[in-house]
Amino acid sequence: MKTALTFAIMDAPFENSRTVTMFRLIAAALEAGHDVNVFAYEGAVALSFARQAPHANAVHGRDAAQENHPLPRVWIEALLALAAKHGRKLDWVNCGLCVDERGVAEAIDGVRRGTPADFWKMSVESGNTLTAGTR
Amino acid sequence: MPNYLLIESRDPFTDQAVAGHAELAVGLRRAGSAVALYLVQNGVLPCRPGADGDALHEALAAGVEVLADDFSLRERGIGERDIARGVKPASIGLVVERLAASWKVMFL
Amino acid sequence: MKTLQVLETAYRATVEEQDDTIVWLTHAMKGAGGEFGLLLAGNAVCYAVQDQRGPALAIGAWTQSHAADLAGDVARLAAKGVPVYAVEEDLEERGLLDARLLDPLTVLPRAKLPALLDEYPRIWRW
Repeated sequence: MKTALTFAIMDAPFENSRTVTMFRLIAAALEAGHDVNVFAYEGAVALSFARQAPHANAVHGRDAAQENHPLPRVWIEALLALAAKHGRKLDWVNCGLCVDERGVAEAIDGVRRGTPADFWKMSVESGNTLTAGTR
Repeated sequence: MPNYLLIESRDPFTDQAVAGHAELAVGLRRAGSAVALYLVQNGVLPCRPGADGDALHEALAAGVEVLADDFSLRERGIGERDIARGVKPASIGLVVERLAASWKVMFL
Repeated sequence: MKTLQVLETAYRATVEEQDDTIVWLTHAMKGAGGEFGLLLAGNAVCYAVQDQRGPALAIGAWTQSHAADLAGDVARLAAKGVPVYAVEEDLEERGLLDARLLDPLTVLPRAKLPALLDEYPRIWRW
């Protein structure tokens, strides 16, 4: 049985390359057969906001369907599907107070609201934890 | 001794903290730990041939394993065959392996 | 398991959050049973300076009720038994070696950081 891994992320969507790196890491961990916990803190709680919407891009000359603009909520759904495909667990927890102050309580299915105590518990119960702070 | 993997996401041309990170990697190595520096995002910029990569060369000379994220290299048009000598291209899965093997991993 | 929180950024979102969110997170996890140390590096060494209190922000008719008390929050962590360290060269670069600093505070030169990192089974860098 492979060890569970925990990741803490902080960056809001569309602001920093760290977000992509962390999503790549989480996907790689699931592909490698690990259960994964994610604690989304501060701006990262908006990654799962259900109302993210794609748009056209006139500069690129593409309509909304053609542009197929990446949306982090779709990436999380893809990670949840990846976990299910590999028979692994992805526990995605958004820090509740961070959700409240940002008004992003409407999240996609499959993620949950939590607290720093949840992050602490995840970290204690997993083999290793990687934190990615913001600047 | 614990093993350390430092994920360097920043470049030394715009952020002076990067020199301190390389110094830390060397210090940990000299203290006896196995140390790897995983360059990702703009952290791979010093790998381009002709770029000022002094800190990388010092880390390599001290025995630090220096790895460059393949996705970040491709994103910046840096060919894997062209990167600075001693730096090895790597995939993000390596970070997962080291986490699972209980390396202490820090995202810089 | 002892965890070293490493904090380098400072005064980021501290006005609107009314605290430093990593110092706050450390308080919250300590309350949940965690055992921590706090290493202040880079600009975060400024949090060791006593006698600093953020001004209350005013926007139009709105005035802030509780400006951040960053040094106080760090001091309260120390009072809960969390060892607080600061990087000596970072204090020196910022003209803080002679400032009134948190007591107790362990000031460490960069050369001693490997030994500190070895002491903690887990290191969380923010």
